[in-house]
Amino acid sequence: MSEIQGGEIGMGETLMSVSDVEVRFEARRRTARALDGVSLEWRPGEILGVVGESGCGKSTLARAMLGLQPTTAGQLSLSGGVVSSKDEQRALRMRVQMIFQDPYQSLNPRQRVAAIVTEPLKVQGVPKEEHDGRVRRAMSDVGLDPERYLDRYPHQLSGGQRQRVAIATALVLDPDGLICDEPVSMLDASVRAQILKVLVGLQKERGLALIFITHDLSLAWSLCDRIAVMYLGRVVEEGDAADVIERPRHPYTQALVTAIPVAVPGGGGRRELLKGELPDPTAVPPGCRFHPRCPRRFEPCDRVDPELVETGAPGQRAACLLYDPTVARPDGGG
Amino acid sequence: MSGERGVRELLLGTWRGRFGIAVLALTVFVAAFGGLLAPYDPYASSTDVLEPPSWSHILGTTENGSDVFSQLLVGTRVSVVVGFAAALISAVVGSIVGLAGGYFGGWTDRILDAFENWFLVIPTLPLMIVLARVLSPSLTVLIAVIGLTSWAGTGRIVRAQVLTLRERPFVERARALGAGDTYIIRTHILPNTLPLIFANTVLIVAVAILSEAALAFLGLGDPTRISWGTMLENAFSSGAPSAGAWWYVVPPGLCITILVLAVSLLGFLFEEYINPRLREAT
Repeated sequence: MSEIQGGEIGMGETLMSVSDVEVRFEARRRTARALDGVSLEWRPGEILGVVGESGCGKSTLARAMLGLQPTTAGQLSLSGGVVSSKDEQRALRMRVQMIFQDPYQSLNPRQRVAAIVTEPLKVQGVPKEEHDGRVRRAMSDVGLDPERYLDRYPHQLSGGQRQRVAIATALVLDPDGLICDEPVSMLDASVRAQILKVLVGLQKERGLALIFITHDLSLAWSLCDRIAVMYLGRVVEEGDAADVIERPRHPYTQALVTAIPVAVPGGGGRRELLKGELPDPTAVPPGCRFHPRCPRRFEPCDRVDPELVETGAPGQRAACLLYDPTVARPDGGG
Repeated sequence: MSGERGVRELLLGTWRGRFGIAVLALTVFVAAFGGLLAPYDPYASSTDVLEPPSWSHILGTTENGSDVFSQLLVGTRVSVVVGFAAALISAVVGSIVGLAGGYFGGWTDRILDAFENWFLVIPTLPLMIVLARVLSPSLTVLIAVIGLTSWAGTGRIVRAQVLTLRERPFVERARALGAGDTYIIRTHILPNTLPLIFANTVLIVAVAILSEAALAFLGLGDPTRISWGTMLENAFSSGAPSAGAWWYVVPPGLCITILVLAVSLLGFLFEEYINPRLREAT
């Protein structure tokens, strides 16, 4: 699958796309704009990183993509077709699976591993005679010996083994895409590498597309094909991983990138520290949502809400007025 | 927390567990075979009225000349049957209300919650007395009245547990797969709530046994059956305590106390097993 697509760089072909999705939470007469017009393309076989601070809407986006979170506007498409009816929702749930951050909470403590991994097949009505083979294959794919582990309960497994079981559960339906919400942030450093290896291996061997939600920029950099940076419920920059991390365009991404720890004697050079906290999503600033914290803001930033625009590198777009050709910049350069 | 072995250790490894199990086993045995063990017909009257304990009547006789020991053995059955049956009703009603409210939330929860609060706040004994008075006294009525007035606590506990389970990722994952509510409740919510329901129900057995005794003592028990409560009622209405007939009052009173104590200890043990933090507090 990835070979066919390699020649045509996958332009126009998407596994899943999200357009202008909005999620609002009502709390004490105030409305939190958790997702505020998010658009994203997820191509077959690619690893798409979604990065941002906690509270920026990364996890809400993942939940919205699977229909776990009701959206107030926007639409989801699967392979180009809009997902609206119950049947399409069902197809989406077959083809896109999710794994969660906390492997201690994502497995039912009263089910054996065999029952946990079989559950998707049961719920989706896969014929019984296929269950055993598919469960065993999924277990082997994540590096767990079915003979040894199928009869165990979650409390008899380590954190890394639990996360492997969670991945096996997602794989058993043979999905095309896997949304991973901070899959390694609760694991020990040594186990982390093994789980990442499993995930990347699946992408290579099965052509599985991954969405990798993380707050760890260097991890996203080393793992992902493309990266979308989120800030306060919106994508503020997207592009190839190398472009976004090595040549960030949006001031927010630039600040995040300079905060990546680098092992250089005498320090990693200029470090731009962001002032202030992530604003309350019930009080999104007018104009550009980043302007109160932005070191490069200029005159119209508190009035004009920027759209994602091309910034030069192919496919790299940023939602910043610095790159908007219709806005006069304060200085000549960029 | 290592499965069944932990439970066995808790039951047989502590004096509370051993005491509880021993008393409960003996009581259930007597409840089943008490009629066969009784040396006399407990209902038969004789002219030996309020005789103190002797070799022929080891716990003396009643105001009608019946054998106290035989009544005690036969009366066990009512206490045990009422205790367990009422607790079962309470567990079923409380679990259904708690599960429905906690899982579905919204208006279902608000209505059930108000209902639950009503039953929690209303003093149960007066309510039981009123209900038992209005309905004609029988064993079934007694069980229903006690069961239907003591479920609110279970409902509360189940609801709280379901509220936390509902948000767990494994429930969310099942929902993401398109699993229905019945499936999620059956495979994910209920199995994780059952231990809690069980521990709570054991405690309610104790409450139900006490309630039966209280109602019977107030003359609202089944008049055709002997129970520990009706024995106490008969003793008091016949003036046995003032006549110094301690053998008529102390045995049923002591039996009620010991059985309730044993069941309560078991209930607390199960509660500690589920919630290990309680263990450190004791």
